[in-house]
Amino acid sequence: MKKRIIVIGGGVAGMQTALRLAEQGVEPVIVEKEPELGGKLRGWHVLFPSFTPAEEVLTALRRRVNESGIEVLTSAEVVGLEPRSVRLADGRELHGDSVVVATGFTLFDASIKEEYGYGIYDNVFTSADIERMFNEGRVAKADGTAPRRIAFLHCVGSRDEKVCQQHCSKVCCITGVKQAMEMKKLFPEADVFNFYMDIRMFGPGYEEMYREAQQKYNIHFVRGRISEAAPTIDGRVQIKAEDTLTGRPLRMSVDMLVLLIGMRANDDNARLAEGAGLNRASSGFMAPRDLFLGNVCSNVGGIFYAGAVTAPKSIGETLNEATAAADAAAKYAEA
Amino acid sequence: MMKRRSWQEYQKEIADDRYYYARSCIRQNFFPGSEKAFIDILQNDLGKDLLDDPKHSSCTGIGYHSDIVPLETIMTVVARQFSLMNEAGYENFVTSCITSFGIYCEVLSTWNEFPETEEKTRENLLKATGREFRKPASLAHTSDVMFHFRDQIAARAKHRLVNAVTGEPLKVVEHIGCHYAKIFPKSGIGGSEFPYVLAGMIESWGGEVVDYPERRHCCGFGFRNYLVQANRGYSIANSHKKLESMAPYKPDFIVANCPGCTMFLDKWQYAIAEMEGTTYGQNGHGIPVLTYEEMAGLVLGYNPWALGLQMHQVDVEPLLDKMGIEYDPAAKYLGRNGKYIGKPASAVVNCCPTDTIYDIRE
Amino acid sequence: MAAINFGYTISKPRAIDLDRNNLRKSDEILREMPELQTCIGCGACTAICTAGNLTSFNFRKVHTLVRRGEYQGAYEEMNKCMLCGKCRLVCPRGINTRGVVMLIKRKLGDF
Repeated sequence: MKKRIIVIGGGVAGMQTALRLAEQGVEPVIVEKEPELGGKLRGWHVLFPSFTPAEEVLTALRRRVNESGIEVLTSAEVVGLEPRSVRLADGRELHGDSVVVATGFTLFDASIKEEYGYGIYDNVFTSADIERMFNEGRVAKADGTAPRRIAFLHCVGSRDEKVCQQHCSKVCCITGVKQAMEMKKLFPEADVFNFYMDIRMFGPGYEEMYREAQQKYNIHFVRGRISEAAPTIDGRVQIKAEDTLTGRPLRMSVDMLVLLIGMRANDDNARLAEGAGLNRASSGFMAPRDLFLGNVCSNVGGIFYAGAVTAPKSIGETLNEATAAADAAAKYAEA
Repeated sequence: MMKRRSWQEYQKEIADDRYYYARSCIRQNFFPGSEKAFIDILQNDLGKDLLDDPKHSSCTGIGYHSDIVPLETIMTVVARQFSLMNEAGYENFVTSCITSFGIYCEVLSTWNEFPETEEKTRENLLKATGREFRKPASLAHTSDVMFHFRDQIAARAKHRLVNAVTGEPLKVVEHIGCHYAKIFPKSGIGGSEFPYVLAGMIESWGGEVVDYPERRHCCGFGFRNYLVQANRGYSIANSHKKLESMAPYKPDFIVANCPGCTMFLDKWQYAIAEMEGTTYGQNGHGIPVLTYEEMAGLVLGYNPWALGLQMHQVDVEPLLDKMGIEYDPAAKYLGRNGKYIGKPASAVVNCCPTDTIYDIRE
Repeated sequence: MAAINFGYTISKPRAIDLDRNNLRKSDEILREMPELQTCIGCGACTAICTAGNLTSFNFRKVHTLVRRGEYQGAYEEMNKCMLCGKCRLVCPRGINTRGVVMLIKRKLGDF
């Protein structure tokens, strides 16, 4: 009889894990809390560094899941897990031979950084809002007009002790560069400023893209964290920062302020971890057994991790990790 | 109107009655009617029990922030105030000064974090005065108390913060002062970014709060920065920056929370006008500046001169006129007993020619 | 009206105000030499600078200020450069730093 493996989460990590498991002759079941598969990628427009439409990746993954006849439970929230079973919010219990946790992350709620006035000032947006606006084909100021000056702020809800998010969310820097370029393409006359603490271009082609943004797109990079945003009389946003490379305070008003929000650990990681005896990192993300030879394993035999449940990751990294997690979980189940 | 959704997340317990009142050192000189108005509103209009205890002293906050009074000393002074409150049979401490409020928050928090400092303070107080103390059940700034009763005050209002002719809400700039919520954001209503303590009063009483770019900026008081004449250039520059930023919104008046801020926003308008010839009011003169007690007093129909509004640098008459408040111009510089108290020389920020004012000597 | 002397004056703001600064010259400079925008502020140019080790000249800071529309004194500062070209040897972005010095001097002679 085929071994059965429960995959918690139907985002990119979960779908890829299930596909790999099916390929290996194992029977996966995806448990997704939302009504449909796709996870966070559903809200995204294009992917760095190639500007590949997110929809392309999503459609391919969903189609393959469908074609492979993988069992999918949607609107099913997991409330507890063990190496061989998973408990759902509606009381159902699923049994299998091992479990892969691919529950991803939570986007940082920008309104917690009160000083930026997200949710209060009409022209303050998050990176997720911008992706949505690109998808809807309607990128504009709140009053519908085209922006002439746009500021991006890096590290909102990342590397910030004040909001208990000390880790680096890693993908926001390159997202900021990507979105700045998209904005510049859409509004060639606009001036775009990126305010950053460090620019962390960790992936292949990222540094090249950053350089292109600087030289070809004339995007201004200012090293300094915006300290506060305030409204102006004409509905724009005044921002203050230090231009640390000149050692002078800097202020300006912009038509749109975009907050590059970070990835934080899911709130229910704590409960799941406690119930199953799993270790968590100080950031709240799940802690792999070890970072080198056991990075898709948890500290509990039979429970594996794929994707951003252990740390912020890019889509490419997540796909690779899901493959590795599926192999490890299948091997465990067969043993 | 501004969307201040976040203010409700910053709430604090404010006692309903039985307050031990701690006055400010400087407010009685700058706005002599304000503290009196607070006591009258609580005791007479709202029927509350409030003790104005002559035995309490300065909290020594000005000395503390000017590096003259050491931390151990100020803790002992604060402990003595609490002891006096215990002795009088009260447990809700309310303070009239923002800096004092910041000091009390800071001392209580220090005692909480470092219990050995509380023990040391108990020792010091006992040695110095033979007293012991219990910490208050609640600590509030007097504006918190006024905020707490804003709807009761609105129900008794004789005037609203509305232009009596046009019916439009008055545009009000509010300034909470750095020591109210920037040191301990959770101790202030609405926190430090979108404070609601004054905004709540303004909205309850019919006005409209102006959110301008430099709303959160410090007035520039800064203690050492103002006390030393050579430093006043950047002290005044802060008020200047705020005034420049708020002027395009054409505010009808400014209301401030803190003794220093109220004085600075009022008196620096005079200094700026004399130094640079710039004024910020709609009439080519100054923008009137009120304390929140004065604002409440006007709403409740108190006589503006009994509230001490003649002591302000910028004339308040344009505001009184807008609100439809009747007043006797001739009585402006008459004291409580009808005695002439003197009058200031004419200045750019003032709009009322001084010759229309009754001068008892003439 | 004669201004009263109170013994102090109103301090001028130190902030770079991008709403007030005229970026026209800065834009011209960047159009002629777009590679200047790729500066990542590493400071290698200033570390190696012959003039910067003997005077307060800071090439990285001066060109950054120019890019923000702060032109005052930039010409005089750039005059401190000896045009030795060591900065160009160390720049990890391959910016023609000596060219930047000459360009700023040419564009900002009036400031």
